[in-house]
Amino acid sequence: MNIQATEGYVTEDGRKIGGTVLDLKNITLRFGGLTAINDISFDIRKGEIRAIIGPNGAGKSSMLNVISGFYKPQEGEVWFNGKKRSAVKPYEVARQGVARTFQNIALFEGMSVLDNVMTGRLNLMKASMWQQALWIGKAEKEEIENRQKVEHIIDFLEIQAIRKTPVGRLPYGLKKRVELARALAAEPDLLLLDEPMAGMNVEEKEDMSRFILDVNDEFGTTIALIEHDMGVVMDLSDRVVVMDYGRKIGDGVPDEVRNNPEVIDAYLGVSHD
Amino acid sequence: MLYRESGDFKTSYKADNQTFPIAFDRYRYWVVLAVAYLVIPFVITDYWANAILVPFLIYSIAAIGLNILAGYCGQVSLGTGGFMAVGAYTCYKLMTAFPDVNILLHIVLSGGVTALVGAAFGLPSLRIKGFYLAVATLAAQFFLVWLFNKVPWFFNYSASGQISAPEREFLGIAVTGPNTSAWASYLVCLVFVTICAIIARNLTRGSLGRQWMSIRDMDIAAEIIGVNPLRAKLSAFAISSFFIGISGALFFAVYLGAIEVGEAFGINKSLLVLFMVIIGGLGSIFGSFAGAAFLVCLPVILKLIGVDLLGWPTDLVAHLQLVLIGFLIMFFLIKEPHGLAQLWNVIKEKLRLWPFPH
Repeated sequence: MNIQATEGYVTEDGRKIGGTVLDLKNITLRFGGLTAINDISFDIRKGEIRAIIGPNGAGKSSMLNVISGFYKPQEGEVWFNGKKRSAVKPYEVARQGVARTFQNIALFEGMSVLDNVMTGRLNLMKASMWQQALWIGKAEKEEIENRQKVEHIIDFLEIQAIRKTPVGRLPYGLKKRVELARALAAEPDLLLLDEPMAGMNVEEKEDMSRFILDVNDEFGTTIALIEHDMGVVMDLSDRVVVMDYGRKIGDGVPDEVRNNPEVIDAYLGVSHD
Repeated sequence: MLYRESGDFKTSYKADNQTFPIAFDRYRYWVVLAVAYLVIPFVITDYWANAILVPFLIYSIAAIGLNILAGYCGQVSLGTGGFMAVGAYTCYKLMTAFPDVNILLHIVLSGGVTALVGAAFGLPSLRIKGFYLAVATLAAQFFLVWLFNKVPWFFNYSASGQISAPEREFLGIAVTGPNTSAWASYLVCLVFVTICAIIARNLTRGSLGRQWMSIRDMDIAAEIIGVNPLRAKLSAFAISSFFIGISGALFFAVYLGAIEVGEAFGINKSLLVLFMVIIGGLGSIFGSFAGAAFLVCLPVILKLIGVDLLGWPTDLVAHLQLVLIGFLIMFFLIKEPHGLAQLWNVIKEKLRLWPFPH
């Protein structure tokens, strides 16, 4: 299969993948003397589920932080939706259409589930301060319209029963789901999931996998995810990037990656004799 | 048995979003408003107005202001007294410079000027948080009081350094100055409290309120989901200072009539309002009222019990009051960080199910 074509490809299960959404060109990120990411290039295409895998400390989370604008790479270019991204603040990246979840949950503990998911839509709410203060015109209309969209996502992720519960009281698995809901509420062009299944049992992992596939299917969201569970990654993703010590050692469809000798070395170790 | 939500179904998001979703709360709110507007003005005495009701209303506005900043946006401020002074002195300068303009407009404008000053002193919050920010706002407190003491232009070169409110009328009724009747000053404050509380509630339930709360709960995540921290923090400082400025203007013009800045708006005032917010409940409009009511009534009640009933000396009771407030602050910080408002919520939860435990 030729996945180098500039204009999309068709996956094994028959989904059509579009053009490039995000293109990373020769990204290098250093912290002092430590090179966390060393000259990595890859792209993410519209509608695909792209996995980034690698052993601990390979630089996966740093990569995600570069994409979401939290770290600024010393070298290389990030192209998003056909435009080169200049050095911008994280909130501006979010406004361009990148949403993410975090490895260790970053929800707003003092707010209810509903309010948390509503924060995902902050950038889509335009009422002025004056309209909000008097609760007239756009402020109220917008609140109700966005509530409808949010309720759709709440329905979709099956968290209706807890919508008014403060997030601080929820168990871990549900928090992960609320965080996914908050990211989805922003209707992102690119959704970044940082270990969406870390610390979950098999059943919760199955649920989460189903949600990720459903999200991709229903909303057509482009997803980039980091995950450690190999079985999950190979099942879910369309293409996989493998990192080790900040370098890219493999890139391709799951089968290709699975049989790549360098990847096997990185994961299983190699005898040097 | 009154407090029930069964049968109270919501069929629209508008109904679900309202401030008091439970019918009984809604009726209670209207009853409180009706009593405040239609009964109290006719029965109010000078003692009740000056000792309890007017200071309660004015401190409520200040507490709402500080609650927006500290409770909703998570930025600690010890500059409340200084910002109240800005409101008071702006009001004084406006009253003396434009005597023909409506006094109520002057009070609102004082809030506006205080908002600008507050936003300027909020700039350090973009770099520092927590204790360090508290110290930075403390600098605002001392600087502002010093400024109003040292620059004679602010007190119109009066010999005593004090400012006193000239008499101003609204619809032919004196609302400032020595000839103001109790009910007039009460009503002016009440109108401001009502409007401020409604505005505060609307702001905190909308998207701006969510921006503030997201900054409070986790500023890094807030920035990643698209909240501009500069805008969120500065708007919290500005709006908070707007309310505090209005309360300062009312405190000077309507309540005391004449003030000396160090005495009226010193660090003690900042701490008093902060205590109101902590005891009342961080992040709750109702809590601002509860905290203000509590700390305004406490000295009055202690005096009634201690001096009038038990015949203790006045200074003993005054010291006892300090001890008690200190104890209560510690109690609330340890046992119930969300204050009286949270206690009230717990009671409401229980009442919903009463007489069943679950």
